[in-house]
Amino acid sequence: MSMGRQELAAIVARDIPEGSYVNLGIGIPTLVGNYLPPGDAVILHTENGMLGMGPAPEPDQVDPDLINAGKQPVTEQAGAAYFHHADSFAMMRGGHLDVCVLGAFQVSERGDLANWHTGAPDAIPAVGGAMDLAIGAKQVFVMMDLLTRDGTPKVVADCTYPLTGVGCVDRIYTDRAVFDVTPEGLVVRETFGTTVDELRELLGLDLKENR
Amino acid sequence: MKSKVSESIAAALSEIRDGATIMIGGFGRAGQPVELIDALIEQGATDLTIVNNNAGNGETGLAALLAARRVRKIVCSFPRQSDSQVFDGLYRAGLIELELVPQGNLAERIRAAGAGIGAFFTPTGYGTLLAEGKETREIDGRPYVLEYPLRADFALISALHSDPWGNLVYRKTARNFGPIMAAAATTTIAQVDSVVELGALDPEVIVTPGIYVDHVVEVGERPWLRDGVFIGEEAS
Repeated sequence: MSMGRQELAAIVARDIPEGSYVNLGIGIPTLVGNYLPPGDAVILHTENGMLGMGPAPEPDQVDPDLINAGKQPVTEQAGAAYFHHADSFAMMRGGHLDVCVLGAFQVSERGDLANWHTGAPDAIPAVGGAMDLAIGAKQVFVMMDLLTRDGTPKVVADCTYPLTGVGCVDRIYTDRAVFDVTPEGLVVRETFGTTVDELRELLGLDLKENR
Repeated sequence: MKSKVSESIAAALSEIRDGATIMIGGFGRAGQPVELIDALIEQGATDLTIVNNNAGNGETGLAALLAARRVRKIVCSFPRQSDSQVFDGLYRAGLIELELVPQGNLAERIRAAGAGIGAFFTPTGYGTLLAEGKETREIDGRPYVLEYPLRADFALISALHSDPWGNLVYRKTARNFGPIMAAAATTTIAQVDSVVELGALDPEVIVTPGIYVDHVVEVGERPWLRDGVFIGEEAS
């Protein structure tokens, strides 16, 4: 059985150590927040200038001055801190965040990330903080389906979409397997209802097994 | 020190000329100086270059300025959103120029301008389309891209309170680009919910010192606040 998105979010959350400062990218990675231990074991960072971000508010408590990177209303945990944008991105670029979790179109076997632009001629490009997050955190996790809807692998030898960062991804969580990006290549860390041989066949990549 | 509080929004914006580069604070709608933008539309300056994180949301504020066709070029990190229909239409019709900048580079370029930095090497964007044609350098084994400061003629920002000298405090994530834009512009105009008496702001908590602020406009408390405190009703 492959993993559903909620189950995969729980697995990513399990691998984030207590005491970490974490940024969850917009989209699917925000689901990870639902599975982090309750309270202040992990401190969430949002690029628009806050540490100690809490969950969505009750509908009658929506504060337009208190939003996350996806511009959704959030809450403030005890111990929260606000700061301006240059400080917020210095936190990322300066390597102060322990983990960031990002979605992706493609990840290469060397850890190149493509997640901001499809390269389609009629697309309006928007990059936001993706390039800063990709190169800044101590550990960069990607969370995505292993295949596109039409069955094309998203873990690839070389990205065909425009890059967000070069060699920046440390680990790839997918619905079928978890991969570590290492200097020796991709190492399969866990599989969900498949085998490493089946994954080699599917992706056409030289995968190593976790020992 | 003479008070920086303007008698009217129109007076505060009166120096803005056609062709100006204007930084506008805010991240999405949070911290967007809506009253200043509305007054800028009224004021009539056109052929503007706008620096903002986004390219307008919905039909109001920055989106309304774009819809009024006053903007020649926008410098931002994230134009395309679910409610960026005004920008999307202008861009697809070739009626607005876009300079797309990674958000951290946008922030640091603005900060560098205010801090008098000539240029800086950043790892962000290395090896991507957004660094094409830019100078790169390897420093201690890591590749970096050379980026230049981003200055403006004017900054329009929003804060919670000001004193008569333009010392500012902000509220929550509405702070975002306000402090760095205030320093990067030749002339900074801040709209605030209320102007408090000199000495009423604790000097330890002032975020933007008044040296960066030229004009202050009081616009009144927003509907979700009472005396600066969130009242927890459905925000309008």
